[in-house]
Amino acid sequence: MPSGQKLWEGVYAMREMINMIVVLTVLTTFSGGLLAAVKSKTQVRIENQVLKFQKAPAIKGIFPETTNDPLAERFNVKTENTELQIFPAKLSDGAKAIAFETSGTGFGGSLGLMVGINLDTDTIVGVRVTTHSETPGIGSRAKDNLSFVSQFSGKGLDTVFAVKADGGAIDAMSGATVTSKAVSLAATQAKEIYQKLKPEIVKQME
Amino acid sequence: MAQSLAKEFTKGLWAEIPPFRLVLGLCPALAVTKSLENGIGMGIALTFVLVCSNLFISLLRTIIPSKVRIACFIVIVATFVTIVELLMQAYAYELFLTLGIFIPLIVVNCIPLGRAEAFAYKKGPLLSIADGLGLGIGYGMSLSALASVREILGNGTLTIWGGTPAFTLGPDFLPFKFLLTAPGAFVGLGLMLCLMNLIGKK
Repeated sequence: MPSGQKLWEGVYAMREMINMIVVLTVLTTFSGGLLAAVKSKTQVRIENQVLKFQKAPAIKGIFPETTNDPLAERFNVKTENTELQIFPAKLSDGAKAIAFETSGTGFGGSLGLMVGINLDTDTIVGVRVTTHSETPGIGSRAKDNLSFVSQFSGKGLDTVFAVKADGGAIDAMSGATVTSKAVSLAATQAKEIYQKLKPEIVKQME
Repeated sequence: MAQSLAKEFTKGLWAEIPPFRLVLGLCPALAVTKSLENGIGMGIALTFVLVCSNLFISLLRTIIPSKVRIACFIVIVATFVTIVELLMQAYAYELFLTLGIFIPLIVVNCIPLGRAEAFAYKKGPLLSIADGLGLGIGYGMSLSALASVREILGNGTLTIWGGTPAFTLGPDFLPFKFLLTAPGAFVGLGLMLCLMNLIGKK
């Protein structure tokens, strides 16, 4: 039998621990709820801002000259679990193209890639990095310096989009291998999505 | 009461002004002060986080068990930092693009955490708000001062808000590019601290 004092010490330790667990649980629950509320309130505005400041310049970079307005004519195509936003473009030479966004995992988290594909020739028109949280000056060069992403322009969809170390056709940026791989992965994903959804997209564009 | 409130508020503006006197929050101070706009933006973001986290930690100071207080502080600070990040994305996206990674880093830049531990956990809510407001505004002022010097001398422009420079030094001005680099920021910071010490000595 423990003595009375020891028993009380045990009870106090137990109470202290339960107290800690309860406080932390309540605090994190409250914080999670608050963040969810703020997020749902700001979501629409943030999507509009991303469209204006990230997607629009990316699309403009991929298709410098279009005879239509890809942003205004955007439509959604259903994939297995989400909806994909498609930006249709009519190029100045009469060819039809589309742009849509895919993502890969970079050094600092998710990395968005806008991919433009020519519907007539099935080639990549161009790609641009949109939202990212890569290291400034290192991984962020994927967005600021076009020499890396311009490698993708004009490539057919039979190209292996992977860095050369992985047996692909893409020169990685020195010092930013993870970012280069993330961009390649996003491009590969875009290729797969395109091959699966092309009939549906063409149908919707008519 | 009003006197001590004023004291806690004004100490953040000179006697304990971050990052010069407190020497906390140096990382964003060096990184974002390439233009005045960024300095102001960072100051506003930090003031909001500091006031809110100080208030909540002070209100909860009797409830938070001292053994897990750091974990609780981080949860509270991180919540408000995420709120600032979301609000900035929704209402000032261009600023978010340039401040980018330094907003989430407010969580670990030690000013909110340091104030929570050294002040808000021991004092009442009103004093804590005054402390947070003073230090936040002080930080914004320091960043703005440093950013103005760096932007004017390093780039020949001064951008107050909205991305377009409020004024530009003429084409004859040769920008002192060194000030825009990270070592330039250190030198600028050191010179300003030196100036502050000279004034304080009198």
